[in-house]
Amino acid sequence: MTYIRPAFHHPALPQNELGYTRKDYEGSISTLCAGCGHDSISAAIVEACFELNIEPHKVAKLSGIGCSSKTPAYFLNQSHGFNSVHGRMPSVATGAYLANTDLLYLGVSGDGDSASIGMGQFVHAIRRSLNITYIVMNNGCYGLTKGQDSATADYGYVAKAGHKNIYEAIDLCGLAIELGAGFVAQSFSGDKKQLIPLIKAAMSYQGFAFLNVLSPCVTFNNNSGSTKSYDYIREHNAVMSGMDFIPVKEEITADYQEDTVREIELHDGSYIRLHKLQQGWNPEDKYAVVNALHKARASHEILTGLLYINNDQMPLHQIIRLTDTPLNKLTEQALVPGAGILDQINASFA
Amino acid sequence: MSGINDFVIRFANVNGTGSASANFLFAKTLFRMGIPVSPKNIFPSNIQGLPTWYEVRVCDKGYLGRREGIDLMVCVNPQSLEKDVASVKDGGYFLYDSTKPLHTEFLRSDIHYLPVPLMSLCNENFTDARQKQLFKNMVYVGALAVLLNLDFEVIAQLVGEQFKGKEKLIQPNILALNLGADYVRKHFDFPLSFHAEKRNLTHGKIMIDGNTAAALGALYGGATVVPWYPITPSTSLVDAFTEYAEQYRVDPETGRKNFAVIQAEDELAAMGMVIGAMWNGARAFTATSGPGLSLMNEFLGLAYFAEIPAVLIDVQRAGPSTGMPTRTQQSDVLLAAYASHGDTKNVLLFPSTPDECFELTATAFDLAEDLQTPVIVMSDLDLGMNDHISEPLHWQNGRTYNRGKVLSAEELEQTKGWGRYLDVDHDGVPYRTIPGTHPQKGSYFTRGSSHDEYSRYTEDADTYVRIMDRLLLKFHKAATLVPEPEFYGDDVSAEFGIIYFGTTHHAAMEALDMLSAVDLTAYAMRLKAFPFSQKVRQFTERFDKIYVIEQNRDAQMRTLLINELEIHPERLIKVLNYDGTPITADLIVHKISSDIHSSTLIRS
Ligand SMILES: Cc1ncc(C[n+]2csc(CCOP(=O)(O)OP(=O)(O)O)c2C)c(N)n1
Ligand code: SF4
Ligand SMILES: [Mg+2]
Repeated sequence: MTYIRPAFHHPALPQNELGYTRKDYEGSISTLCAGCGHDSISAAIVEACFELNIEPHKVAKLSGIGCSSKTPAYFLNQSHGFNSVHGRMPSVATGAYLANTDLLYLGVSGDGDSASIGMGQFVHAIRRSLNITYIVMNNGCYGLTKGQDSATADYGYVAKAGHKNIYEAIDLCGLAIELGAGFVAQSFSGDKKQLIPLIKAAMSYQGFAFLNVLSPCVTFNNNSGSTKSYDYIREHNAVMSGMDFIPVKEEITADYQEDTVREIELHDGSYIRLHKLQQGWNPEDKYAVVNALHKARASHEILTGLLYINNDQMPLHQIIRLTDTPLNKLTEQALVPGAGILDQINASFA
Repeated sequence: MSGINDFVIRFANVNGTGSASANFLFAKTLFRMGIPVSPKNIFPSNIQGLPTWYEVRVCDKGYLGRREGIDLMVCVNPQSLEKDVASVKDGGYFLYDSTKPLHTEFLRSDIHYLPVPLMSLCNENFTDARQKQLFKNMVYVGALAVLLNLDFEVIAQLVGEQFKGKEKLIQPNILALNLGADYVRKHFDFPLSFHAEKRNLTHGKIMIDGNTAAALGALYGGATVVPWYPITPSTSLVDAFTEYAEQYRVDPETGRKNFAVIQAEDELAAMGMVIGAMWNGARAFTATSGPGLSLMNEFLGLAYFAEIPAVLIDVQRAGPSTGMPTRTQQSDVLLAAYASHGDTKNVLLFPSTPDECFELTATAFDLAEDLQTPVIVMSDLDLGMNDHISEPLHWQNGRTYNRGKVLSAEELEQTKGWGRYLDVDHDGVPYRTIPGTHPQKGSYFTRGSSHDEYSRYTEDADTYVRIMDRLLLKFHKAATLVPEPEFYGDDVSAEFGIIYFGTTHHAAMEALDMLSAVDLTAYAMRLKAFPFSQKVRQFTERFDKIYVIEQNRDAQMRTLLINELEIHPERLIKVLNYDGTPITADLIVHKISSDIHSSTLIRS
């Protein structure tokens, strides 16, 4: 059991612009193993929501089943949560989103949840451009069922139980880009500096924002040789770009040199500012990203940062031309065509 | 006994040759002439090329069930000739395309042949190859019109309606009709001994398929999120919903929609989206058939346990597995009632007619939200995909939706100590909240794992049992809210009972009359819902012997009755039809009377 609460015990807790303190974004006490990467991601979500000045009740957090999928209970207690069934969070989120496009949807899943049992729903949610921040807490194994290999476990890696993985790994980021996800980022649970701005940017993005966060399972997948262990990631992390996220209202200060900074404006007017940019790195160049991902894989490196962004992506509700009023607010008046119309319809069958 | 307004005609066609609209024209003409008629599609799971049949029963007495015994076969399909000739009853008629001579092996001495050169008539009068093919169907309708005394004016009017906006097509269609009619007048005696005569028996009624009616029920019932995955025989339901929603739920100025139809990646996703939408306060439904219901089980259990409203329309077909996708059955009863692992029970509604498809679908949304649980409307292929004579669909202006116990921001403001699963009213139904309602109050964590009254995870034995028992209490409440059964027949002198549901209705009504004609008086109860109400229990206690009629092999409704009401199995006698065709009155009468006969023999 671990406490993910930030250690703020000062009587005057800092408040964000809406007057909320970090406490307002916290959840129940985590029941995950001490040191589990998932808890760090939960803490980053709390921080990101605090900094973004999100009204907690305007967020719906949804998940599947797994240690990772338990985490929505450990952040944002004032938001409605939905711990659904294994691998099916994307469909539940799609239904919820169609019912009310005014909320922010935060989907949390695991690598087993998304890359195996829920692969079908994962790819179709991307294909439909569901307006959601979709975080996979990726530990390369099934934590909750005691450490079996997941489909993202690397070929040849030796699990704690001693056997060698004989299958190729699925690269969720590459897949998401291939399927047309508009925002694809990869990070590491232990790198708050990178992770928090990425979560903030993802939550500000209109469309499918995918975040694959490598999150070591300290109990079953933190052995040397696992590419999802703390040590491995720290050693092989190739940071594509450092990143700042600047919400709409914040003034943009120019404290970076022009040639190392790249600003990307999101639809709501906020900015993502990439710095320490790798040579020639352009997150809007799909071909370059795909190429870089393949190269990194060959050299056993893990690219982190904002890998890809497409600011022209149309979210689902626009694609299907949904009305502005959330469907869950429509009453009989808007929904019932009336007895007169039914008489006409009856007449067409007389 | 066939006679005036009392006969069965069957059309043997090739799938995909445009026969459907000609056959429909034939049936609709009889309906417009005021004569009760019930058409049934008997079609293969195929898009083009395989045999397909259309069977029309005409019945002055208003019996709308299927009847065995074909009086007139219209055969335009050489593939099924042998079977078609054999299926005509003694003294019946066989109309066929005589462009090519009929092989002698197909000649029976006990039936009459009506050779009409459909193809060559078309070849002589039309040039376009596709028209030649299509108008063959209209030629036989014209021939039938004379043979069976149909009203030409009605036919012409229907053709006019069908081709509204494509007036150019009216003339050639009428020409084709006349080709058939003239040929009959010249070559045969007409009308046949059995034929149609104008009546006033369908006045004020409509002829509509159950899927369209259910779709309209969903539209009026306020469905906005409609995820689905194509499967026969439920597909046309969502098609109909989409068609009407595009007409009545779109802002004419902006073109923006008050609904979202989403073709999901599978039935699991479809049910997941329904649950997500209804959790979030919108009305949603999906439609499926057996294989889809199997896939939805896990989600239905989640909705049951986490108490999320959901509406599903199961248009049943013949199982198991892929079974016979285009044949009818009532074989999902048990799966639907207890869908999902663990102790689950779901609310089921059983429509018998299109107007009930409309009403019960609209009601399903009220019940689902009132009870916070899945409600499954149990239609079937016969009801869903065939046209039925029905009362008009009815909606009272001013009718409001029952959204159940949902707390508003103001109510939350005044509520202290709210818990999502607290049984405040002691009726088994707790209060729920919709995401985004109140800044500080009402949020909770929905889960399919064991939870306490505040939706916190628990494995505490007492708490688990308390929640499970409350769900049972809620189910008892459901029994008081679902539609009551309907009763038919002789209440006073009945010696035995009959229980049935769904599309068995018409055959059962006819069977009741046939039984009483031979002094077997029965009192019948048509179930409209599960769980069973007090009235259902009382009925089962009244008779020593009750015949349970259903369209599946394993007598699933009988099992459900025995299980839920603890009835001694000996008292419930199975009357089953499960060959994939709609049940007939003859079958019911035969099975009941032979059972009565044999048990009298044993007793005496
Ligand atoms: C239908 C179904 N099958 C199997 C399970 C058992 N199960 C629970 S969690 C899980 C794997 C979770 O792995 P992942 O999504 O990677 O989450 P992690 O625990 O690693 O965070 C499995 C197989 C289940 N809950 N439901
Ligand atoms: S088993 Fe692994 S993934 Fe699950 S809580 Fe423990 S460390 Fe985290
Ligand atoms: Mg995992």
